[in-house]
Amino acid sequence: MSDLDLDSAVETFAEEAQELLVDMENSLLALEDSPDDSEMINSLFRAMHTIKGSSGLFGFDVIVSFTHEAETILDQVRNGEKNLDDTLISVLLDCKDHTTSLLEHCIEDSSQPLSDELKAVGDKLVVKLTGKNSSAELQVATTDILLENIGKGTDLNDSWLISLAFKTDAFRMGVDPLSFLRYMKTMGKVQAILLLTSELPDSDEYDPESCYLNYKIAFKTDANKQTIEDIFEFASDDCDINILPPNSKVEEYISLLEDQDEDHVQLLGEMLLNVGVLTQTDINKAIEKQSDTYGGEGEGEKPLGQILVEQQVVQHGLVDKALQKQEKVKKKVATESNFIRVDSAKLGHLINLVGELVISGAAMNLMVERHGLPDVEDVAETMGSLVSDIRDTALDLRMVPIGETFSRFRRVVRDVSKELSKEILLTITGGETELDKTVVEKINDPLTHLIRNSLDHGIETPEQRIACGKDAQGNIQLNAYHESGHIIIQIIDDGAGLDAEKILAKAISNGLIPEDHNLTEQETYNLIFAAGLSTKAQASDLSGRGVGMDVVKRNIEGLRGSVNIGSVPGQGTTITIQLPLTLAIIDGFMVEASKERYIIPLSMVEECVEMNSSEWEVDEVSHYVNLRGVAMPYLRLGDYFSEHGKSKKTERESLVVVGFGQNKAGFVVDKLHGEHQTVIKPLGKVFEKLAGLTGATVLGDGNIALILDVQGLIAKAISK
Amino acid sequence: MSIAVNEQKEGLTLLTIQDEMTIYNVLEQKNTIYPHLKPDHQLQIDLSAVSEIDSAGMQLLMFLKNEAIRKQNELSFIHHSQAVVDVVEMFNLSSFFNDPVVILAEWNDS
Repeated sequence: MSDLDLDSAVETFAEEAQELLVDMENSLLALEDSPDDSEMINSLFRAMHTIKGSSGLFGFDVIVSFTHEAETILDQVRNGEKNLDDTLISVLLDCKDHTTSLLEHCIEDSSQPLSDELKAVGDKLVVKLTGKNSSAELQVATTDILLENIGKGTDLNDSWLISLAFKTDAFRMGVDPLSFLRYMKTMGKVQAILLLTSELPDSDEYDPESCYLNYKIAFKTDANKQTIEDIFEFASDDCDINILPPNSKVEEYISLLEDQDEDHVQLLGEMLLNVGVLTQTDINKAIEKQSDTYGGEGEGEKPLGQILVEQQVVQHGLVDKALQKQEKVKKKVATESNFIRVDSAKLGHLINLVGELVISGAAMNLMVERHGLPDVEDVAETMGSLVSDIRDTALDLRMVPIGETFSRFRRVVRDVSKELSKEILLTITGGETELDKTVVEKINDPLTHLIRNSLDHGIETPEQRIACGKDAQGNIQLNAYHESGHIIIQIIDDGAGLDAEKILAKAISNGLIPEDHNLTEQETYNLIFAAGLSTKAQASDLSGRGVGMDVVKRNIEGLRGSVNIGSVPGQGTTITIQLPLTLAIIDGFMVEASKERYIIPLSMVEECVEMNSSEWEVDEVSHYVNLRGVAMPYLRLGDYFSEHGKSKKTERESLVVVGFGQNKAGFVVDKLHGEHQTVIKPLGKVFEKLAGLTGATVLGDGNIALILDVQGLIAKAISK
Repeated sequence: MSIAVNEQKEGLTLLTIQDEMTIYNVLEQKNTIYPHLKPDHQLQIDLSAVSEIDSAGMQLLMFLKNEAIRKQNELSFIHHSQAVVDVVEMFNLSSFFNDPVVILAEWNDS
């Protein structure tokens, strides 16, 4: 081949490799959401395999040796020997990047040695990929020794293989290995014993009172595993016991596994426990081991099956069989659970109808009450509970896990962190938390904005981070969970945190706050949600123009939610978004003040007490009430919403204590009506500016009740 | 004195253990016996009076055998008592102590 041909061949190779690498990245990102997609895993393997092969042709040895490692791991993943978890995916993404750099290097001039930097990155990745695993192999080997040594001459297929490794204190603790042997002889036949004397130390180190015995027994018995384990029960603290079922039993176990019902997916441990291969103790130990090994750098959680085999409590074949069975059941369950795609407009219509149903249900109850028909009342009650079930189910239809939205940000984080040359790791927790689809759609933009902000302003550059004594890699965590009828979404970064001084200075110069302000730390941080405030000296493509945060806040408040920011300088920032689970129907608590009825979301009501009770100290001037030693502001709903300002005080007033997040306040009302299923009807544009209200609902008698914006009112009460 | 020491002749010592060999006295026994493991000497240990032996005792015997080989001392155990024989058989060490070769036990008749 002439030089010219070679050049064009290299070019073709480079193009092909680039394409493969792009495919690889796409597959990896897709696998983050569906880690079991075998087609994707295959394409990963193919990418590494092909690049390795072609690089070999051109003599690009650095690429060959690096991709070989990745290929090996991917092969294991493909064969189900290794779990493809998030950690591995990010390592593989890094591998993809590293391969790209290697490729560039080789194409430029493959005769040059690798730069130290590239080499270091490669080495680090190889360590991350392969991890360490040698101790386990050693242990497995001992079983083979036993089989080899004592297997000669006797058929040990029917024997349980029991390994006992006594701890040095065993004798002192009153454990005598002999007694086990004696006892075992009553239960079955001890076919062979291998006493491992290699542990016996030499002269001076030998302590006659310490136990150095370590033996393996081939034991033939009809007893099951649990019974055998029970023999050693009282020594379990002083001895490591492994009981491996006889080979002949494996057949039996396999057929038992085969016969397990296929209705639902079971955990691997559960399956093996059910057929009697394992005892609960085995599983507990393995799980403990699993959580012990977890968390090492670049080392994912080992599959349980692997640990069980390493601990010699079960044969490899059995685990494989159980896994196969599990996979089969999974597939079956997957094909059985059918999904129907429904037009979301239809769903919306259904929810509206359910809303109307709830309202007419309320109307019916009212009629039943008015006419005092006890037999109808029973029927109405049953129907009422059915309606509320239907309501919950209908709302549930629209619930989607937030994980899908969250995982979209992986790409954002990847891209942005590359653009800014920062190393940032995104962790997602609570992705299974569900919330209304309409809310999910509307939260996407604000979230994107907040995350970009965290990436740009929050996380420092690697150099700055190292200078502060932090890990070069920044962390952003997206977290979601449910709390009293709300979903809480958190964006947590471990970056620089907010600079309160800067914010204040900027806010004063922008005229947002007077110079003699009296803001708490919290209030200061929340200033960044004000329009026209950016503390970043230089605006970047991503953020820093001082527009956006106010939009974020407005969007979230439009969803009847709230956003809060907490920050520790130098340690990071936590943005907490609180959103209602649904925008359609809620459980409300109906109260009456000045002949108007109001709805308070039930999840925010903490308690109701009598206002005029002599037990509470009420400060009428500054509107504070001392409730069992806790002072909280209160608001007279009648006064607050009435045109005249002051309404007449009625005889019996009640105080409804509401809480939102950390804050609490009391609403003084004339009457408590109790729980009410509330269909939220948005207020028209005319009322948009009305403070303290978020919507309205139609009551059974056709009247309107206003739904209170508890959060806004609490803020009002506090500031008053 | 639980162990009787008899210098038979030049280079041969006979020890007679006149007690049980259990966790309660293995330490003392080790300390007594060990100095007699001299290189190029013969040591015989009479086990006929060992009324009881447990795992710790057996471990001591194994240790002594190991050490003897290391120090090139000719150690032999003689006159095993029934208790010792039982345990040796139980542990499957009857033909030779310290050799990790496994011999199968045939306890069909026991």
